[in-house]
Amino acid sequence: MANNAAIPEQVHIPWITASIISWAGLKRRLLRSLITMTGVILAIAFLTYMLTVQSVTGSLVKLNDNELNILLQDAGVDILAGTSTDRLTLLLLGLSLLTCMVGIVNSMLMSVTERVKEIGTLKCLGARDLFIVQTYLIESSLQGICGTLLGLFLGSIVAIATLLKGYGHYVFVSFPVLSVAQSLAISFVCGSLISVLAAIAPAYIAAKKQPVEALRVEE
Amino acid sequence: MAEPLISARNVSRVYRMGSEEVHALRDATLDITGGQYVSIIGPSGSGKSTFFNIVGGLDRPTSGDVFVEGYRLADLNSSQLAWFRCHKIGFIFQSFNLIMTMTALENVAIARVFSGSSLHEAKDRAAAVLERVGLGHRLHHLPSQVSGGQQQRIAIARALVNEPLIILADEPTGNLDLHTGQEIINLLAEMKRDLGITVITATHDMKMLSASDTVVELRSGAIERVATSEEMNITVGTIDGHTVM
Repeated sequence: MANNAAIPEQVHIPWITASIISWAGLKRRLLRSLITMTGVILAIAFLTYMLTVQSVTGSLVKLNDNELNILLQDAGVDILAGTSTDRLTLLLLGLSLLTCMVGIVNSMLMSVTERVKEIGTLKCLGARDLFIVQTYLIESSLQGICGTLLGLFLGSIVAIATLLKGYGHYVFVSFPVLSVAQSLAISFVCGSLISVLAAIAPAYIAAKKQPVEALRVEE
Repeated sequence: MAEPLISARNVSRVYRMGSEEVHALRDATLDITGGQYVSIIGPSGSGKSTFFNIVGGLDRPTSGDVFVEGYRLADLNSSQLAWFRCHKIGFIFQSFNLIMTMTALENVAIARVFSGSSLHEAKDRAAAVLERVGLGHRLHHLPSQVSGGQQQRIAIARALVNEPLIILADEPTGNLDLHTGQEIINLLAEMKRDLGITVITATHDMKMLSASDTVVELRSGAIERVATSEEMNITVGTIDGHTVM
């Protein structure tokens, strides 16, 4: 009765294929994706705003222009302390990123619960656990990257508008291009990184769902 | 006699529900020859779904052995079981279980992608199979945009896309009206006849037995009897004036 030909291991789906499938899904769940993304957009916009304002005011302080120093002091900048970031700001930034990450974890977990039947069905069709992990990581990264880019845009616009309003043409006198670019890069890395990190636990939970349990769920 | 395609040997499945033990299957022994249309009947809770899950490599028996095409399912690891489900089994569900964010074409193609095809090849193949089940004009519709009967046809196309040995259909007509249900049964019977696929359906609807070669009756997890559909002596009914049985 025994069949001697060995059954092969199931194939692995290439990341690029998985990405195309996930992207199509995200587009069809646009509203839901946008809501999840809003958290990232706001947190990254806040981070970008703070970092950009700090860079620019730092370079304005260095100009040591009398008229400008008055403006800076009016705005509450400690012109003697220079560019050092104060601890309250750091705390705020840390908290906003943490809140954003918790938000992503929460919405990814909800998505696992909502799609438990879908996960079970995919497993019936021959999906490996790794494919489920891929799907969740890719979805979260795509959402994270889109949200981060929008956040960068929003944050820098608001920052520059605020700076122009406060210091007028001085902003352009010594615009710290390098330091602002660095701020944007830091924000981008933070946004992308938290989106991936936040998806790890939900992806693992999703992949470990047993198809039998998943299929028993009634709609 | 030819070697059976599916052979279940003293299969039992016990679930733990808190401190209670639920015997979903008790010592079930059954051989199914390839190329048949088999209906498994019995009230809900009689073990039909458990039997399906075990034959389909989704669940493992507590004791006993299941062989499919000579493979002992207990010997397979989870990755091999995924391969087995992908290439040998086509699942059809009562509630269709289509992915709502995917079009008909994508729902079918993804099953093909799991068998190692590229997305492009998979879509070509999916389109051909959807055409085969009569949905050539619905390729780019979402499941929510088509009727229940058409959703089940998409699911059948998805089950067929990797040319499986066996189709396991758990109450495939449970969410459909009588007429549409009969069409689905006819389609499954056609696949058996034309493609030589072994079709196993679970049902508690006696009206859906017309296409069966063999009827297996389960009761409280035990196989009560195995008979040809004629032996079951089921009364004849009609739909729209056509004889069903």
